[in-house]
Amino acid sequence: MSTDTSDTTTEDGPNGDAAEEIPSRAELAARVEELEEELSDVAAGQNSKKMSIVATKGTLDMAYPPLILASTAAAFGYDVTVFHTFWGLDILHKERSKNLKLSSVGNPNMPVPNMVGALPGMDRVTTSMMEKRINDNDTATIEELIETSLDMGVEFQACQMTIELMDYDEDNFYDGVTTGVGAATAIQDMADADIQLLV
Amino acid sequence: MSVEFDIAETLDVKGASCPMPVVQTKSAIDDLAEGEVLEVLATDPGSMSDLDGWADGTDGVEMLEQVEGDDVYKHYVRKTE
Repeated sequence: MSTDTSDTTTEDGPNGDAAEEIPSRAELAARVEELEEELSDVAAGQNSKKMSIVATKGTLDMAYPPLILASTAAAFGYDVTVFHTFWGLDILHKERSKNLKLSSVGNPNMPVPNMVGALPGMDRVTTSMMEKRINDNDTATIEELIETSLDMGVEFQACQMTIELMDYDEDNFYDGVTTGVGAATAIQDMADADIQLLV
Repeated sequence: MSVEFDIAETLDVKGASCPMPVVQTKSAIDDLAEGEVLEVLATDPGSMSDLDGWADGTDGVEMLEQVEGDDVYKHYVRKTE
């Protein structure tokens, strides 16, 4: 590399190597421009906070946490994506989301012993009990939370692999749900996010 | 307690529970102009902590005052930008 500066010394000089590394004015200007662009990218990234949730469960009780956190984070100004996979897909399913069930077994906090909970029809009983409480307490329904979250700009993603596994169709989901995405998309969102949650 | 600022809008979220008071407050604030104050009426006891936390963690809003009444929690939020 040659330079036009008067500081250039001969190859024999003690500063010869250093002098050869002095970049031209044009090169410096280009580098400054490059750094300024990078800096503005970083600044832009800092302004938008991101949250990434992976929703894997489709029971009535487990459908609430991702939706409540997603809508609340959106209210805080976060860009939120919720990646729904396996039973989590049911939360985005127009019909199934209205009929999510609460399991009467496997939860020691339930008012019925497992032996009784395992009887036919008990899931329906515990689900009705929970639905009544949700109604009595004016707790938002799953459908309301989905609609609210979509209004607030939350991006709901339905995992393509499990859509096919469950034999669902794109039309089964609420309008605005993103389909045709996989684990790589979720990883990318998580890598960019300030908060990552698996529910 | 007296309130010494002009209220531009009142949002009634009485009866609603988490996360709706925060979510609806955010939507209502979006419709206000800079400097205007939103009054939020809630019955959810969690709204005292939640709306304060939301205002603290959100750019462009400021919690001016929270009043704990007998039945209703009143919150006054200014849009600052």
